[in-house]
Amino acid sequence: MDDRSIDIDHNDQKIMAFLTLQDPSINTCIGCGSCTATCSAGHFVDFNIRKVHTFLRRGETHLLKQEIQKCMFCGKCQLVCPRGVNLRNLIISIYNAIERLA
Amino acid sequence: MPREVIVIGAGVAGMTAASLLSETGIKVKLLEKEKQLGGHLRKWDRLFPTLRPASEVLDWIEKGVNANIEVFKEVTVTDIRVQGNEFTVSIKDKDPITGNAIVLATGFDLFDAVKKEEYGYGIYNNVITSADLEAIFREKKKIVTTSGKIPRRIGIVHCVGSRDEKVGNLYCSKVCCVTGVKQAIEIKQALPDAEVYGFYMDLRMFDRNFEELYFEAQQKWGINFIRGRVSECAENEDESILVKTEDTLTGRPLKMTVDLLILLVGFVPSPETRKLASILGLKTGNDGFLLSKDEHTQDNITSVPGVFLTGALKGPTTIVNSIADARATALQVQIFLNSVN
Repeated sequence: MDDRSIDIDHNDQKIMAFLTLQDPSINTCIGCGSCTATCSAGHFVDFNIRKVHTFLRRGETHLLKQEIQKCMFCGKCQLVCPRGVNLRNLIISIYNAIERLA
Repeated sequence: MPREVIVIGAGVAGMTAASLLSETGIKVKLLEKEKQLGGHLRKWDRLFPTLRPASEVLDWIEKGVNANIEVFKEVTVTDIRVQGNEFTVSIKDKDPITGNAIVLATGFDLFDAVKKEEYGYGIYNNVITSADLEAIFREKKKIVTTSGKIPRRIGIVHCVGSRDEKVGNLYCSKVCCVTGVKQAIEIKQALPDAEVYGFYMDLRMFDRNFEELYFEAQQKWGINFIRGRVSECAENEDESILVKTEDTLTGRPLKMTVDLLILLVGFVPSPETRKLASILGLKTGNDGFLLSKDEHTQDNITSVPGVFLTGALKGPTTIVNSIADARATALQVQIFLNSVN
């Protein structure tokens, strides 16, 4: 049977490392969920930006490209974040990173 | 022999420091900006974690402010000068006050929830703060919505004005979490049929009996806790409040209507604190609260000889800790006065 655990030993941290260099604010996420709460797209489709972001930080990026395309770029997530994560900017950077690294 | 101390601020810390100093034979002049002593303690009904009446603690502290302490009420400090051994505190429209040491105990203000527009305080009628709710308890009023009906569902929002880069307060205000649990229980005591929901990022149950209070809130009172930070609220046609959050533990956005929403507001440095700091040249931290000479070893001493700090002007704290801190300050002041003789 496949082990479905998140495997920190073998996961791919490349994308996260690239993004952190560009904007260290993404390290400060505490997973409060304000972003998902306010997300325009997330109320209508199965898209949870907090989860996508957390998986990214854990090195689980195989669904990243598919998920991130659900973002409408409304920017509300960045408006509400209490830690000052530049989340909308991050999503744009993720597109960049996927092109370069994936 | 110079043995007169000016204490600025007659809240929990100020009154405690003043009474202890007075007990050792030192002449104390206690200054207070309001008409009454007691600071914020006057405003609370019952204290966490045991829900004992705030008035018990207030009475005990007030007893310490005996006839030997000279009390000045409705005072606005405009300047403080020092010459040799003597401090002169200038007061608006009154004679200046002199002493040989100063204890700053000007405390804190509560975060103005109006600044968090997305939660609707001051916009929607059925959004109130924890302080508003405490006043309702203290004045023995009924908990009702603005249309006068008994709320069936009440929401409590944690971290309002704290841990929030968007309002410029990165710090945690420490006591709001346990206050939220306490008030949730008090609401259930008043309205046993109401459903109470707490929306939190973390539950900071850091002190003795706090975790047990949380356990009781769940087991005995059936209070619901949802781990997710409220992003915004809206008002329904009937003036009930629609709350939007994420239920992070199930990973789905969550919305619900509440009849009444309580915002747990945190601490901010008071303007008087900032003003006195600038008059005396005292440093503040990034959080805006005052810095002592050393947080571990000299937490009541400042860089200005003879000027001491006590209480919440150094940052969010509990009543228990303020009293302990004030006692430590009284001893430091005594030691200082002995050394200048």
